[in-house]
Amino acid sequence: MITKLGLATVWCLDQDAAKSFFTGKLGLEVRDDITLGEGGMRWITVGAKDQPDLGLTLMVPGPPTMDAESGEQMKKLIAKGVLGAGAFHTDDCQAEYERLAAAGVEFVQKPERRPYGVEAVFRDDSGSWYSLTQPFDRLDESASWGDCVG
Amino acid sequence: MGGMTTATSGPDLTALRRLRLAKDVMDRDWADPIDVAAVAARAGYSRHHFVRLFGDVYGETPGRYLARRRIERAQDLLRTANLTVTEICMLVGFTSLGTFCTRFKEQAGMTPTEYRRASRGPATSAVPGCFVLLWAGGFAGR
Repeated sequence: MITKLGLATVWCLDQDAAKSFFTGKLGLEVRDDITLGEGGMRWITVGAKDQPDLGLTLMVPGPPTMDAESGEQMKKLIAKGVLGAGAFHTDDCQAEYERLAAAGVEFVQKPERRPYGVEAVFRDDSGSWYSLTQPFDRLDESASWGDCVG
Repeated sequence: MGGMTTATSGPDLTALRRLRLAKDVMDRDWADPIDVAAVAARAGYSRHHFVRLFGDVYGETPGRYLARRRIERAQDLLRTANLTVTEICMLVGFTSLGTFCTRFKEQAGMTPTEYRRASRGPATSAVPGCFVLLWAGGFAGR
């Protein structure tokens, strides 16, 4: 039986910059920052303070995780901004949007009322996008689905 | 400074980032009176260079992309908002009703009025917008 998701990978272009973004701007905490041996793999994980059992590992695509050519392709996809990495939840989307925007986080959508909650969309410093959602307890059918309905 | 392309590798990461920021301007500020020249200037490129690079990276010209995003927002408003077609045309950033209707029919396969009549009804999908937007190729504005 699988009991939970404990760790997810965030692909980034620069580990130090990503660590600074996820902690300094988003407000997550550093869980690990370890280098395995001299010049070895750098292992950085971050997470939300109220969610100790889920961590995000900040990884740069390339050897030895994958071949160099694949790593370069991944980096271009990240920089182009086509990759989405998940949805963060907040108890106040508007306030968090204002806080993050003031800190210089790039938003591609301001807070919008959707049937499932209030949602904004932002990018991390590498270019990947995330939803920032304040979920509702129940669907609000009067709110616009935006582009959800094809 | 990035921005140069080669036959084999395409734009470098710095250029890709600048193009992404320009695309985000169109996704975020589509209702404002922006045009391709303004977006190119924000990205720090000449209009000609920007149009070529953007097309290489995203597969359509920035002008087509911006118009497509605006038509998508118009479709949303036609489904959900009690506004006239002319009001929606202006709201999503078109300045000519004729151009709007022509582009709308090209993209949606029917006129705005026909589209509104065909699509009014209760919401049927519960997929979060952000994921559908990835599939559709970009993010909505406000």
